[in-house]
Amino acid sequence: MDVISLLLDGFAGALTPMNLVFAGIGVLLGTAVGVLPGIGPALTVALLLPVTFRMDPAGSLIMFAGIYYGGMYGGSTTAILLNTPGEAASVVTAVEGNQMARKGRGGPALATAAIGSFVAALVATIGLAFLSPYMVKVAVRFGPWDYFGLMLIAFVTVSATFGASPLRGLTSLGIGLWLGLVGIDQLTGQARLTFGVPQLLDGVEVTTLAVGIFALGECLFVASRNLHAPEKPIPVKGSIWMSREDWKRSWKPWLRGTFLGFPIGALPAGGAEVPTFLSYNIERKLSSKPEEFGHGAIEGVAGPEAANNASAAGSLVPLLTLGLPTSATAAVMLAGFQQYNIQPGPLLFAQHAGLVWALIASLFIANVMLLILNLPLVGLWVKLLKIPLPWLYAGILVFATMGTIAANPSVVELLLLVAFGVLGFLMRRYDYPIAPAIVGLILGPMAELALRRSLQISQGDPMILFQHWSSATMIGIAIIALLAPYVFKGLARMGRDED
Amino acid sequence: MNTSTTIANKPALVVGIALILVAILTAYDASTMNIRSGYGIGPQATSYLVAIILAILGLCHLPVALRRLDGEVPAADWKAVGWVGAALASLIGVIAAGGGFILGSTLLFMFTARAFGRKNFVVDFIIGFVIAVLIFLLFNKLLSLSLPSGPLERLL
Repeated sequence: MDVISLLLDGFAGALTPMNLVFAGIGVLLGTAVGVLPGIGPALTVALLLPVTFRMDPAGSLIMFAGIYYGGMYGGSTTAILLNTPGEAASVVTAVEGNQMARKGRGGPALATAAIGSFVAALVATIGLAFLSPYMVKVAVRFGPWDYFGLMLIAFVTVSATFGASPLRGLTSLGIGLWLGLVGIDQLTGQARLTFGVPQLLDGVEVTTLAVGIFALGECLFVASRNLHAPEKPIPVKGSIWMSREDWKRSWKPWLRGTFLGFPIGALPAGGAEVPTFLSYNIERKLSSKPEEFGHGAIEGVAGPEAANNASAAGSLVPLLTLGLPTSATAAVMLAGFQQYNIQPGPLLFAQHAGLVWALIASLFIANVMLLILNLPLVGLWVKLLKIPLPWLYAGILVFATMGTIAANPSVVELLLLVAFGVLGFLMRRYDYPIAPAIVGLILGPMAELALRRSLQISQGDPMILFQHWSSATMIGIAIIALLAPYVFKGLARMGRDED
Repeated sequence: MNTSTTIANKPALVVGIALILVAILTAYDASTMNIRSGYGIGPQATSYLVAIILAILGLCHLPVALRRLDGEVPAADWKAVGWVGAALASLIGVIAAGGGFILGSTLLFMFTARAFGRKNFVVDFIIGFVIAVLIFLLFNKLLSLSLPSGPLERLL
């Protein structure tokens, strides 16, 4: 079949000794950084982007794939051993995984997470390879109005539908959209919100926002809470290998998690953490030992971890085929692509087919590499968790600011980084979600372009958005997704009143 | 809970007012643009759109401010936050003054460690210095990224 030959070409490009070294370095770096507490996959990718700045696109993409999977895996290690999930998607892993670790079963918890992630990523990457060409065929027929509708859906689902408070999520999104205005307008060259500062003309870098809001914000927040003693990682005792019973209890959750995670992740909408919660609930219902849930049930690690990885790989489908990031991690990855002057979208598959398939092949390679390197190296990752907090956060800040200095050595950029750090601190302190701001910054200008191109074609008539059934449907879905939380809340209240 | 109009949730009030102020600033910025585009809408239209969105979000925060806070905002150790601020300020100060990456990062490391409860400035200065030199050598020599150079870096 066509896909298989393209994929084989991709492997031929990716499987050179040098590229294998890059994949290995990427996996190791990604895991090492991802394992540090408070650092989720999005920040891992953002922090390590400078490492790949000066390499050729193919090599850096391969390293990038390794960093991505390594960061995902590192995050689950932290969740299990330290009970500090770096992102919403590993919250569930932390619940059962940490309980297992407390009972001295940290090894099997890490193993089922690693093997489950491997299985999920393997199946999901196959799904990505076979689904993407079809998505591209649909996507090439999209007009700018369709893109605008899709982006509206992404905006609403990322910020309002699945969050705890729609108002807070939308406010975070609004901050991102506002930051997206800064700089030179792509169509007319008009400067917006630059206040005469020349360094602002290029706009706000997504990596600067991500690093500032995640790394500096987290550091300030943890410093502000330093009144309490930090939590110690739980040592991994006994065998790290899974027993026969562990295998028997894990393999079905892995597969169920995968088949929940991939389709939901592949939707051009936010909410990649949703399948992890779904998977947890399903496993609790299906488990032969439901009483173990909440006290360290292995199914509660295996299923959600697989769902998490499958949906992360699934979110590469809208990212690669539509250029549409639906999570903070995908937004940072898109920023990474743009650094190599690669614009994801249907044209990418036509113009840089070799590169896309090399990337997909390197996802497979990185995945295998992860399994080979990480299980034996568990001891090393646990040591990383033991770095005293003062040095850990001091080191994180040095590395975070270094990335910004290396990308754009100007004092203005550093001041921006610090301002975003303060913003991130305040958002954490007052419980505003962060991912919508990052998605808003990168998608905002793209949505603006789509809207203005549509209106250019219609000579200024906004009804063009509703004259095509496809974009009208998508805008309708976005409006429903925006109103849904309020409707549910109202229904719940009505139900309570009747009782 | 109570019917009086005391402000129960000050953060929400501050966020609401800040959003409205930013919206006004954005609309003012848009009003100073004088670009006429032939077809469709110009760059100022998007500014106005975002300004309207921010203003609506700001207004939505105001009724929330009258409601009681769900969940306490935790106490903060502002001294520690101040140390992190000092750390970042010294980095920016050193870079701005041309002191170079290594000195700036060393001070950043030392003061951040202080924020998290370390008291031994000398040891942390040395650790920070070693890390900064290693990063500088790795990125400047091996990956040929240009980190800002000061007197120290020129010696390497």
